[in-house]
Amino acid sequence: MEAITARGLNVYYGGFHAIKDVTVSVAPRRITSLIGPSGCGKSTLLRTFNRMNDLIAGVRVTGDVEIFGRPLYGEDVHSLRRRVGMVFQRPNPFPLSVYDNVAHGPRVHGTTNGKELDEIVARSLSAVGLWETLKDRLREIALSLSGEQQQRLCFARLLAVQPEVLLMDEPCSALDPISTTRVEELMQELKKDYTIVIVTHNMQQAARVSEDCGFMLLGELVEFGRTDSIFTKPSDRRTEDYITGRYG
Amino acid sequence: MDKLVSRLLLLAACSSAAILALIALFIFKEGVPIMARSGLGAFLLGRDWSPLQGQFGILPFIIGSLCITLGALLIGVPLGVACAVYLAEFSSPRWVNILKPAIELLAGIPSVVYGFLGVMWLAPLIRIRLGGPGLSILAASCVLAIMTLPTIVSISIDALQAVPKSYKQGSLALGATEWQTVWRVLFPAARAGILAGVILGMGRAIGETMAVIMISGNSTAIPHSALDSVRTLTANIAIEMGYATGEHRQALFATGVILFFFIMILNGAALRFARRKF
Ligand SMILES: Nc1ncnc2c1ncn2[C@@H]1O[C@H](COP(=O)(O)OP(=O)(O)OP(=O)(O)O)[C@@H](O)[C@H]1O
Ligand SMILES: [Mg+2]
Repeated sequence: MEAITARGLNVYYGGFHAIKDVTVSVAPRRITSLIGPSGCGKSTLLRTFNRMNDLIAGVRVTGDVEIFGRPLYGEDVHSLRRRVGMVFQRPNPFPLSVYDNVAHGPRVHGTTNGKELDEIVARSLSAVGLWETLKDRLREIALSLSGEQQQRLCFARLLAVQPEVLLMDEPCSALDPISTTRVEELMQELKKDYTIVIVTHNMQQAARVSEDCGFMLLGELVEFGRTDSIFTKPSDRRTEDYITGRYG
Repeated sequence: MDKLVSRLLLLAACSSAAILALIALFIFKEGVPIMARSGLGAFLLGRDWSPLQGQFGILPFIIGSLCITLGALLIGVPLGVACAVYLAEFSSPRWVNILKPAIELLAGIPSVVYGFLGVMWLAPLIRIRLGGPGLSILAASCVLAIMTLPTIVSISIDALQAVPKSYKQGSLALGATEWQTVWRVLFPAARAGILAGVILGMGRAIGETMAVIMISGNSTAIPHSALDSVRTLTANIAIEMGYATGEHRQALFATGVILFFFIMILNGAALRFARRKF
């Protein structure tokens, strides 16, 4: 079954038509990247999939979206967001301890048992490669970590609620190149268990990490397919112009 | 030029500290001798305040101040913080723009007006419904709670609004509800600011004089319940200063010294708590 399918998806900010009739299906346990010039609607499309757009006043969404076969608006928003998690551009750990950051998700979804939480925290931090470094610093405030560690912690925070899909909006753009490489390696690890959709401004990154790729322009999904074919033989003229650098 | 300006600013900063020091010095000079003469213990823990007999024990007033302040916080903090959360997180910006100034306007009402309302409405209500003299710890606490609201609400709103939106987004994106987000993320993030509001509110409650004189009954006995009359440290000074002479007058200054320490200790403790990380 497809992880995400959208048919005839439109998103409006008040009168502004931000996503235009997008139809796409995202395969499970793969990394799908979304590229395109600034303002083309990549973040908007991504936010649609876990309904973060609903927080913005005046947003209207039409069309059909299904996440693993369940309609986007068919369940309550909290359990949907549990299934479809999101990592943001700037690492945004809560100003709480490392432990409380990771435990936040499970706690709000009803896990109160201390031992169970301990296990979840250990498992989630291990999955993002932070356990060894942080296992003795769990009570430290998360804001004292490095940028890369903070972003990894945000990954761990998501994994703690065992989502099905991970949405990432330029997750490396606030990191240095070495950290970026390591976070990309982490993504390769994670795709064994999770479906990942990543928005990136960095075309090399899209080429490096993703199997599938979508190119967006002015709210339209111009082209969608295997990453290597998009980068080597794009079928649309506009895609070609973009990846050869003729657009900003 | 820069140097000159910074010198001037330094001077200004120093002069306000100097004024504080002068005030402290003056109160201490007037008040300390009598405490030394009658003994600090006898002064602080004495239960009997009879200036004509030369008895100066201020324990009843310390208890009075503490009870009324605590009562005001017990009522004012939950109410104020709840207001702030609602306005900062759940209501539309239009309502915030109307309601926040309205609440802040409460701070501009002279305290004698609060006292007046307390005497006219609240005290009789308490007397008839709950018993006792009406003019009581409970009445004073209620009125002071309302007087501390503007401080607590407006500072808490600012603190909550200063929390980066990204924290809230991060929490909501995990599937947390708005309430869970407020409770588990925004509160801890805004804690220092909210506490600062509570401290300032507390300062207002403990220092308030006029309204308290009008509605606390001013009895010099130690209270046994929230329905009893009490007199606070501030009220004691204000009521008797007009006619006090000699030792009596010094005892009132000494009351001021205690009030001074009181506020220092409470603020210090609260500030420390606000700064503590975990
Ligand atoms: N909250 C909003 N209200 C109104 N318009 C918005 C809002 N957010 C985005 N837009 C508009 O929608 C369009 C798409 O924005 P979006 O943020 O999705 O683009 P993007 O592809 O993610 O751009 P970038 O690469 O700069 O992040 C832009 O024209 C933007 O101005
Ligand atoms: Mg974007």
